[in-house]
Amino acid sequence: MRRTMKVLVAVKRAIDPNVKVRVKADGSDVELNGVKMALNPFCEIAVEEAIRLKEKGLASEVVVVSVGTSAAQEQLRTALALGADRALLVETSAMLEPLNVAKYLSKVIDQEKPRLILFGKQAIDQENNQVGQMVAQLIGSGQATYASAVNQVDGQWVVEREVDGGSQVVALAMPAVVTCDLRLNQPRYASLPNIMKAKKKPLEIIAADTLGASVKEHARLLGVVPPAVRKAGITVGSVAELVDKLKNVAGVI
Amino acid sequence: MTILVIAEHDNKALAPATLNTVAAAAKIGGDVHVLVAGQGASAVAEAAAKIAGVAKVLSADNAAYAHQLPENVAPLVAALVQEAGDKGYSHILAAATSNGKNILPRVAAALDVDQISEIISVESADTFKRPIYAGNAIATVQSTAAIKVITVRATGFDPVAAEGGSAAVEAVGAAHDAGISSFVNEELAKSDRPELTAAKIVVSGGRGMQNGDNFKHLYALADKLGAAVGASRAAVDAGFVPNDMQVGQTGKIVAPQLYIAVGISGAIQHLAGMKDSKVIVAINKDEEAPIFQVADYGLVADLFEAIPELEKLV
Repeated sequence: MRRTMKVLVAVKRAIDPNVKVRVKADGSDVELNGVKMALNPFCEIAVEEAIRLKEKGLASEVVVVSVGTSAAQEQLRTALALGADRALLVETSAMLEPLNVAKYLSKVIDQEKPRLILFGKQAIDQENNQVGQMVAQLIGSGQATYASAVNQVDGQWVVEREVDGGSQVVALAMPAVVTCDLRLNQPRYASLPNIMKAKKKPLEIIAADTLGASVKEHARLLGVVPPAVRKAGITVGSVAELVDKLKNVAGVI
Repeated sequence: MTILVIAEHDNKALAPATLNTVAAAAKIGGDVHVLVAGQGASAVAEAAAKIAGVAKVLSADNAAYAHQLPENVAPLVAALVQEAGDKGYSHILAAATSNGKNILPRVAAALDVDQISEIISVESADTFKRPIYAGNAIATVQSTAAIKVITVRATGFDPVAAEGGSAAVEAVGAAHDAGISSFVNEELAKSDRPELTAAKIVVSGGRGMQNGDNFKHLYALADKLGAAVGASRAAVDAGFVPNDMQVGQTGKIVAPQLYIAVGISGAIQHLAGMKDSKVIVAINKDEEAPIFQVADYGLVADLFEAIPELEKLV
């Protein structure tokens, strides 16, 4: 009999990537009230990869998990509509620092015992690029960040990674953590029938403080400002004029 | 205060990003130690010892660190910090390269502290600025962690001098091999042009280039200017060029003296990777393209006429 090969995918509710954020007038944070939210794009890629692994017979069950407020149920339903089997919400209204999220997730992993844990490489809101790596450390697993291909060979996960100078391949013992980069796959769209079916799939809510994770504050957000505005540029009429400006006005060539 | 900087290298040469990271360490203040974890990397350790302002170089030379697998390097760093004790390291810094971003969060978790990612300025020993939301907001963050674990965005800090220091190199005997991961192989793109993140001039092409072959026009211009060549996500996804050339939120962050965007519309995600360039030039036939909003000099023209002419005139 085949061993069960459960895949866990961590997903985040984040600002829609097409929204241009604004800083609040009091400079305390960015304005998120009334702003369209979505499944973080890299998390979508992670969900897609899990579903493809299941379609290839390399995964038996796809479980999605999110840490956040009850509003994140919406993104979990999206993941269910894409093909995940069931969802878990670790519910908390606390500020979510990466290490705390990683601690909650590692407790969930202890209970679920997946053979592969997939993450997006980063969330497009806080851009920390930390949680996958932290979870790997906390559960004592190997990690492959910035994955562009995921395969299984001789009981190991073999992952191609995007690195600064090109690509690298690593092999990881199971269970392993993989964080997904842009070019891993092209996520599918959820069909209307699948969106309807997703409403009936199991979604379990776990109160964060019942997991026994030792969370604490590590940082304070003192304020947020918009980036410096570039002064308006000019339109040049010809290549010759452009070269003249670059040589004689800007002095950069 | 003592700051540990993790050197970025390929076992042969020290990467320039290390000099920007040491610059950030110097702004925090205190002694700066550099860790070179690798195999057969003595030339790197010697280069690190010459960096201006470095007090000590720790050389962990072992097969376990040959490819800087995070499963092996993170416990090494955590052990060095723990052995040094309360009067030891107050900060651990690495460049926000694919290596640094891979290793450092594991170090932070091992030390039970959070990490501050991609700082662009040091306000004080515990307060830093970092961009969030694709560079559309700059957050000021105060770390309350006992040990500050930080990745440094190279473009935020002018590099310190590579020469002038004379630090002692101390061998670290410890070899941590977690045995849960292994290196299989790598394929690195070969280029004679300057490295994208360190180049003074960058010429980038987007979807408007139409195909990979047309990038030869940009290579010719780049060679004339001594520039590096970058690309937008659209050009990479279309298969025109390899993905390590991508500039943007999810690719490389660059801030050269001159950035020439050719056939690039200027999506938020691309701007996040280049809008701190000193001078931005946009060449695009669509005068409504958002790239013109950040360009110092805009030229509305067919790139296939403008680029060869530009190459001739520079």
